[in-house]
Amino acid sequence: MTTNTNLNLRAEVKDLSFSYGPKKVLNRVSMPIYENRITALIGPSGCGKTTLLRCFNRMHDLYAATNYDGEILLHPEKRNVLARDVDPMEVRMRIGMVFQKPNPFPKSIFENVAYGLRVRGVRKRSFIEDRVEKSLQQAGLWSEVKDRLPSPATALSGGQQQRLCIARALATEPEILLLDEPTSALDPISTTHIEELITELKKDWTIVIVTHNLHQASRTADYTAFMYLGDLIEFDTSDKLFTTPRDPRTENYITGRFG
Amino acid sequence: MSTAVLQSERAQVLDMRANIRRRQWVDLAFGVAGLLALLFALLTLLALIIDLAMTGVPRLSWEFFTNFPSRFPERAGILSAWVGSFAIMITTACCAIPLGIAAGVYLEEYASKNWLTGLIELNIINLAGIPSITFGLMALGLFVYQFQLGQSILTAGLTLGLLVLPIIIVTTREAIRTVPNSIREAAYALGASRWQMVWDHLLPYSSGGILTGVIISLSRAIGETAPLITVGALTFIAFLPHPPVMAEFPFLSFQWLKDPFTVMPIQMFNWVSRPQPEFHVNAAATGVILLVMTLVMNGIAIWIRYRFRQRLKW
Repeated sequence: MTTNTNLNLRAEVKDLSFSYGPKKVLNRVSMPIYENRITALIGPSGCGKTTLLRCFNRMHDLYAATNYDGEILLHPEKRNVLARDVDPMEVRMRIGMVFQKPNPFPKSIFENVAYGLRVRGVRKRSFIEDRVEKSLQQAGLWSEVKDRLPSPATALSGGQQQRLCIARALATEPEILLLDEPTSALDPISTTHIEELITELKKDWTIVIVTHNLHQASRTADYTAFMYLGDLIEFDTSDKLFTTPRDPRTENYITGRFG
Repeated sequence: MSTAVLQSERAQVLDMRANIRRRQWVDLAFGVAGLLALLFALLTLLALIIDLAMTGVPRLSWEFFTNFPSRFPERAGILSAWVGSFAIMITTACCAIPLGIAAGVYLEEYASKNWLTGLIELNIINLAGIPSITFGLMALGLFVYQFQLGQSILTAGLTLGLLVLPIIIVTTREAIRTVPNSIREAAYALGASRWQMVWDHLLPYSSGGILTGVIISLSRAIGETAPLITVGALTFIAFLPHPPVMAEFPFLSFQWLKDPFTVMPIQMFNWVSRPQPEFHVNAAATGVILLVMTLVMNGIAIWIRYRFRQRLKW
């Protein structure tokens, strides 16, 4: 594994194993997450990339018979988000997530973006309004929706809904932003939009993205991890991983020989 | 290709057509049988309703609603019966709605899925199908004798509350289950607590379904007779319960909860069991009112469900 000492670590996955009941899905995965960089997780269906992503914000805690083993350390204080004494709510307040299928709440556009603040008990109207505007601007949606903030979010197009979900996640200024195949349910134009947006966002955010689109990974990500059957096969800068992979399985996958 | 092969292929096609015709006949036969079954059920029901309406509607007048029951059929009215029904409905709603919704939310979102919750679930579904007189007997033992609540509006309201509780729990759970999991995950991913997720999302998005269940359960309760007779409803009441408001502090009075009662179906039953045909007309008129009330309540339930479906898209 290549470690880059010039970059700040934002998080560190250490010997992470995960299982659903008796079925082991992740097998001793270790990898760094660098600050203000985009890290992509790629691999064939069922390789555990989404499972790994959902470990970061303890989404698995919502379901029965799931078991973590190992650590995800959140830097700089090196807090293990998987530790039993860490409340999953704290983890989710610090690490934001955008899902595969756009899932806006059937509320107004404004309330969708404001919800994370409301959960935290923020009451001040002017603060919420400022933050909603800022987040929508960062998500590149402001100009399209600024005149209809009170209208229902579900009336937006799929691409707009996904950018709204990104704005909703950004509004609480998370330390890491998790994106789970954010463009897989979108048309090519919306996909391009979101990809540009993600590249833009890395100025301020640390991003981990799961994608089954190899072009998307090579275009947008600084680092890429290739996973196969629950193992992390290779982690490197996207440049190196896509041009000179070290493992034959990585090479087979990125050249389209299986997947 | 030889002619023998061609001929055998033609025979196959003919076979196939005969087979299709045969199966289409079966299709048609079932279609006709189904239609007849439907018409039979509908027409019988319609005949009953028309008969009831023809007898009862001419008897309806303002006085019918404002008169107490009487020995003289033409002077008898349903004042005490509809006031009793109304007061009991309010009591039932106040106890069954919060309990039912809370239990439904708990079972669906909080309880872990194990054999105990499985057993509870099974029993709730079972309870929804138990003959209502069983609830009456239970209530007689528990509310009337054990808790000494008397043969009162409170007892009746609690009894019907118990009766409809399983319906409200089941419909609440079904309504909550229609909220997609992606919405739950979206809320949790923003750091929401379980209660915030339930209060801010689940309940508002499923309130259409929950309300529908509530109204349907109340429209069932309003027609119940057997359990109320068991807990001691009177059949002849010529006075009203205490008013819920008073002139002096604290202005609200709950004295009416301890008052004896009768309800519309019991009044109806009472009139039907008398020999004079004029009382039967009164019973039919009460039946028409009950029917219209149930119809209106179910209509409101359908309307609410429709409105909420229109508003919600995932």
